[in-house]
Amino acid sequence: MTTTTIAAPGEQALRPQARKRQRTASWRPLRRGIVIPVLVVALWQTLSSTGSISETLYSSPWNILNQYIELTKTGELPHHLRISVVRAALGFLLGGSLGLLTGLLVGMSQRFEQYVNPTVQMLRTVPLLAITPLFIMWFGFGELSKVLLISLGAFFPLYVNTFLGVRNVDRKLFEVARVLEFNGLRQLTRLVLPASLPNVLLGIRLSLSTSWLCLVVAELLGAESGVGYMIQDARSFVQTDIVFVGITIFAIVGKLSDSLVRVLEHRLLRWQDSFKG
Amino acid sequence: MSAILDITNVSKTFHNESGSTHVLSELNLTVGEGDFVTVIGPSGCGKSTLLKLIAGLDTDYSGAVSIEGRKVDRPSQDKGFIFQEHRLFPWLDVAGNIAADLPLRKPEVRERVAELIRLVKLEGFEKAYPRQLSGGMSQRVAIARALLRNPKVLLLDEPFGALDAFTRAHLQDALLDIWQANRTTMVLVTHDIDEAVFLSNRVVVMDAKPGTIKAVIPIDLPYPRKRSGTAFQDIRTHLLRSLEHHESDEPSYAI
Repeated sequence: MTTTTIAAPGEQALRPQARKRQRTASWRPLRRGIVIPVLVVALWQTLSSTGSISETLYSSPWNILNQYIELTKTGELPHHLRISVVRAALGFLLGGSLGLLTGLLVGMSQRFEQYVNPTVQMLRTVPLLAITPLFIMWFGFGELSKVLLISLGAFFPLYVNTFLGVRNVDRKLFEVARVLEFNGLRQLTRLVLPASLPNVLLGIRLSLSTSWLCLVVAELLGAESGVGYMIQDARSFVQTDIVFVGITIFAIVGKLSDSLVRVLEHRLLRWQDSFKG
Repeated sequence: MSAILDITNVSKTFHNESGSTHVLSELNLTVGEGDFVTVIGPSGCGKSTLLKLIAGLDTDYSGAVSIEGRKVDRPSQDKGFIFQEHRLFPWLDVAGNIAADLPLRKPEVRERVAELIRLVKLEGFEKAYPRQLSGGMSQRVAIARALLRNPKVLLLDEPFGALDAFTRAHLQDALLDIWQANRTTMVLVTHDIDEAVFLSNRVVVMDAKPGTIKAVIPIDLPYPRKRSGTAFQDIRTHLLRSLEHHESDEPSYAI
């Protein structure tokens, strides 16, 4: 019997890299990312402090910060924010899960694709703003019309990307699944879902930002609460700083939710072997 | 030794727009249990097609392929298949790939996986992802994945064709070790004469257009075989000559 060594010449594998170096380097992108915002805020504050721009129309970072503290103290901001986040989350969950499910079905079956895809693609091109009046007429000004509007917006990105992801699965791996006798469910959970995960996660990110976008549309067009309502209300009293509070809170929560998915991506897609820049 | 694999009167024709191509014509072959058979022949002789028929990956043919007397009508785990590329799942680590759809939580699965990792000599790489492995290591994971399912026959489609010479020789040794340890019946398709002589106890020589079996040559050299030995070289020459018959009308290689 011949004996074999553990690794032949020219057959070396990369061990998982040392974690320590990665951790110290992980702060650098964050530092780089805040350079532009800090510069913009500094310039803005300088211009309004020196009176170069109108404080009424453009406000200033300092005023906005004070307004943040004020609105948080009175409980107004947390109240509106909570309502907005719940609306966006419900809409995203409803529309996103339907998008994921339909995307999987259409991706897995050509027949299903031929029935469903043309209609979905047609609906996708209709601007959401054009549908909003219809939704208000049908479902009123209440929560239902808002959540449905958001879910409609959240549906398409996840649908399109899941569909694409399923169709990108390596055909050769399906042959492996046949040889290993995966049943239908296993084929979905052990092959199709993990293989299309990069696209699904991208779809989730896009759906989240669309949900946020649709939320503003829904709240600006008629609501008695929510961050969008707060902005609309402040506008009629020319309270520019409150308008800015609303805008920045949208930006902050939007970025936070996106970062959350990014963290998920980082953890779930460790196996990917792609160019890191 | 009893027969495990029976191929009787197998013919296969590919149909496309420009007409039909006769790939396999009236093939007959019997493989005994524990045999190590290599199939060798020029490009386009249908040797890979034959392997797919045995695996049940392609069922559009005439004639019969049966394993232990039962006709093959679909792929199954008792016919392990090693592709030319490793075809591992990139999102699973080595242990996960070997287990594939079996739960690693279960101690008996984990035990078997650990045993196979030892057999293919990949200790220490259980947690590595395919992107971190070399070609040879990946192919060994693929072999372990097939062996976990206790196949009656292991079908290998030019498994070492894409590897460099050192790694290839190393994996051939490893495959012989596995064969001697497990006594799994092996059918290996190759275009490498040395590989055929080094590994198998029977070589099936195929001819192209249409694919037929030209000769079945037994190799009775004891294992481990010395590639430089005179007996080895004699058989090699004999094989080469039986392949060369073909070369009089056209080259046995294709680019």
